[in-house]
Amino acid sequence: MGKLKVTTSIMAIAFVTLMATSCKDAKKEHSTTDGHHSEMGSGENHHDEGMDMPHDGSLESKSMMGDGQKSSKSDMLVANYLELKDALVEDNQNAASKAGGKMVMAFNNFDISSYASEQQEELKDIIEDGKEHAEHIAESPIEHQREHFDVLSIDLIDLIAITGTEKTLYQDFCPMYNNNKGAQWLSATKEIKNPYYGSKMMTCGSVQKQIN
Amino acid sequence: MAVCKSKLTEKVVTIIGSILLVVLVGIQFVPTKPNLSEIVPETDFMVINSVPKTIHNKLQVSCYDCHSNNTEYPWYNKIQPIAWILEDHVVQGKEELNFNEWGNYSARRKNSKLKSIISQIEDDEMPLFSYTIVHGDAKLSEEDKKEIIKYLTQVKKDL
Repeated sequence: MGKLKVTTSIMAIAFVTLMATSCKDAKKEHSTTDGHHSEMGSGENHHDEGMDMPHDGSLESKSMMGDGQKSSKSDMLVANYLELKDALVEDNQNAASKAGGKMVMAFNNFDISSYASEQQEELKDIIEDGKEHAEHIAESPIEHQREHFDVLSIDLIDLIAITGTEKTLYQDFCPMYNNNKGAQWLSATKEIKNPYYGSKMMTCGSVQKQIN
Repeated sequence: MAVCKSKLTEKVVTIIGSILLVVLVGIQFVPTKPNLSEIVPETDFMVINSVPKTIHNKLQVSCYDCHSNNTEYPWYNKIQPIAWILEDHVVQGKEELNFNEWGNYSARRKNSKLKSIISQIEDDEMPLFSYTIVHGDAKLSEEDKKEIIKYLTQVKKDL
């Protein structure tokens, strides 16, 4: 019976080993398939000749994703941002996480090639930063989502300052967030609905300026 | 009959056990790419910012193993699958933040990184629990946390 004990314990160790390694693989797989689902129909299809290379460098994944349409307009980003903002207003972590995922996609599909080279530099920086925040929003609890939303909002405000937008937007300010340092956000309606505190302090904040 | 049956079970268990043992031994030969570098680049956080010595040491011990190009590996990194798990952590950690690359980040990125670093230290999310449980010295006391956060907040302000 002693032999049985030894074999059983070896089995246990080996089993744990296999679990650990297969977990690792499964996680990787998850992260590659993750974010591939996105709604089609990003309105604009702005192609600059010879410049619309697939961002991920593979045609196959481009066609599989079905959303490889590049755009030099901010519409999609603004739409997804507003969706994220509304989710945070409603204290809805799940919806915010989905909208974060969509924003990652929109940042990926944003085409900077039609802008002047100086603007491209700045846009590249904004996109890289914004994408990282959007990625975190896609997989964080709501308080973290809000922290990232704060910086993402600044990124988007700066982006729109370069690209412009066809939408009328309101730049709002919540004086309390960030230990009373305050935080900005963008909204499509004049009425204040606070994404940083949600139902806790729905009407806290003020309009700083109107864009368009 | 009962004896016979238990013997059969024992045989099956032995076979499965041996197979798994072979797998366990086999994976020891799968190589990993260690994260090692003796160069401290000019873009390193400590080079760019004049970091006070006490904070320098704490960041080095608590952060740099996963967030720089040089990891001080423990002895058990020679065993699989532990080496794989550590490799995974280091790759992910460097992707999020690499202190050696600090100078290459734009002001916008630095601001974002500092905000995240401060928030994660504040909330005890970093250093990772799975890391401090084996690296007692990497654990930050409340005092350490305060000191580091105060310093990093100043760096953020001066950006």
